[in-house]
Amino acid sequence: MTPSPAVTEPVVGFARRLAAAGVEVPPTRVHATLEALDVLGAGSLRSVYWAGRVTLCASPEDVERYDRVFAAYFGRRPDRPPRRVTVPPVTRLAALPDDSGDGRHGDPEDDADPERQRVATASRIEVLRHRDVTTLGAADRAEVDRYVSALRPAAPDRTTRRLRPSPSGPVDARRTVRSLLRHGGEPVDLRRHRHGRRQRRLVFLIDVSGSMAPYAETLLRFAHAACRVRPGTEVFTVGTRLTRVTRELRRREPAAALAAASAAIDDWSGGTRLGDELKEFLDRWGQRGTARGAVVVIGSDGWERGDPALLAAQMARLARLARRIVWVNPHRGYQGYSPSTGGMRAALPHVDRLVAGHSLGAMEELARLLARPRGVREGW
Amino acid sequence: MADTESAVTTPGDLARRLDAAGYLADEGLATAAFLALRMGRPLFLEGEAGVGKTSLAQALAEVLGAPLIRLQCYEGVDAAQALYDWDFPRQLLHLRAAEAAGVTDVDRLEHELYDRRFLLARPLLRALETTPSVLLVDEVDRADDEFEAFLLEVLSDFTISIPELGTVRAETPPVVVVTSNRTREVHDALKRRCLYHWLAHPTFEREVAVIRRRLPGVSERLADDVARAVQRLRDADLLKPPGLAESIDWVTALTALGATELSPDLATRTLGAVLKYQEDTERIMDEVAELVGRP
Repeated sequence: MTPSPAVTEPVVGFARRLAAAGVEVPPTRVHATLEALDVLGAGSLRSVYWAGRVTLCASPEDVERYDRVFAAYFGRRPDRPPRRVTVPPVTRLAALPDDSGDGRHGDPEDDADPERQRVATASRIEVLRHRDVTTLGAADRAEVDRYVSALRPAAPDRTTRRLRPSPSGPVDARRTVRSLLRHGGEPVDLRRHRHGRRQRRLVFLIDVSGSMAPYAETLLRFAHAACRVRPGTEVFTVGTRLTRVTRELRRREPAAALAAASAAIDDWSGGTRLGDELKEFLDRWGQRGTARGAVVVIGSDGWERGDPALLAAQMARLARLARRIVWVNPHRGYQGYSPSTGGMRAALPHVDRLVAGHSLGAMEELARLLARPRGVREGW
Repeated sequence: MADTESAVTTPGDLARRLDAAGYLADEGLATAAFLALRMGRPLFLEGEAGVGKTSLAQALAEVLGAPLIRLQCYEGVDAAQALYDWDFPRQLLHLRAAEAAGVTDVDRLEHELYDRRFLLARPLLRALETTPSVLLVDEVDRADDEFEAFLLEVLSDFTISIPELGTVRAETPPVVVVTSNRTREVHDALKRRCLYHWLAHPTFEREVAVIRRRLPGVSERLADDVARAVQRLRDADLLKPPGLAESIDWVTALTALGATELSPDLATRTLGAVLKYQEDTERIMDEVAELVGRP
């Protein structure tokens, strides 16, 4: 099949525009589009629309973008029934300061043992460890950032359905018989297997509203460290709307990942409607599987503008889905703190553990807490 | 390409045949399925539970006159359950029988043991060996990522290599439908190998049409009432909005009670067919009158 340039050129141009709008479009997909167009005939806009849609999209969010770009590129789009999926368009707005040149340190070295590293520059970092991150000067802040990025937050294990060979455990009949056949039917040895173990998913919900903004960056950095250790980690930011920044945080280099994430968040320093946002998270992601059996970390000061009753109901829902809920509240780090904000009070009965999140020390404590092995549920 | 399949000439034609098989496909779905047939690529269907992803595969099999081979995915599904397995008990029996008969040629014995007749074909292998066939990989989002990578390999070249036996290649690749409820994000590489289609909840007219198509004995009044109520339920911000499958269940339940239209009393008694969360049921119970009201 050799499509004419009259067909190829607009399709390639359109694919390029689509890629610019954030849809991943590898060349093989464009080939598929041309092939589909060849099958359908490039005569009508409808065939162009559908040939492109089934080959260039890979999620409902992609379909949303596709529709927008299609309308802009071809002037109009063929009429079709309205869909129920509405994904808000993502506008770009940079908010995070670009922390230059610390990426090289962010990579976990082979023996990235924060404990050992800390001994080296002990005195300075000991002082910085317990200081509130928002009170630090630029140089100290960069130093603390580097340490946060070197943390290796990970969730505890769970048992999987998948069986793996193991020196002990129940007899694996299949492998035993196979080895038996290999030895001419003589029973040689028993092979055994056990259920495998897998890390639970870590899910971060980070409040980026006005009152939390100074601390949100540190939490995002912590979440990025978690994404690097375990790629299945999911990160969302909440404020006046819910933004999924998992994709952005997949970049390895902390500075680039954080810049990409902050560009995707367009409600920095707004208000918080935690209840509504949590509901949206549960409706769109959590209940479908993201929160099931997961360890959920919520970073917020609980300064809720919406109805605390809604927040309480959504927290109850989350608690039924998730394995553990850890609430990180920067104000918890101060003496005499009591959960007095309406949101915090509503959420507290469903939270397994309320911890501080205002300093490097608090972040290290959080990492230790998350990794706590199985069976140690007391105190949660 | 099989005769029945090559006879499908346009998306519209496919839609008509699916209709004859009891499945109403809209333009987008018919086009996606048509392209999957013509381009020999898997069709990746994503959407809420109960919008008709699995039924499409069944209808396609009927249209093409091909058997439907189903692989239900779950966490921990592996090659032995998806591809093939050796029938060890029978191999052992054969070995014992050969020994009793005094066979001593080890090479020959081994050759006999790994014969095709001792191989148990699981869905993927069965689909490659059956021409034509429709392979349904159901709820792929439930399997783990290891399995996804492995599935990608099979769906890319439609061959399976069995170390003891050699490579099995599909004469004609099966028609493949992969479904996902989006409980987790399936890896892009797998999606990109396929043609992607997002199935949304149907419009009111379409829902009435599907109900009447699936349950021909149902009065127009009842189908209208239920479709309207279900559309309202989907807008009611529930934990689990009902899908098309639930509408059909609900109409079936109402028909079993001898109903010809939906009343608040009947709705209250049968709400369990359509709502699957206690919180949802409690909320809707208070608003049943509005739910079944006609405009």
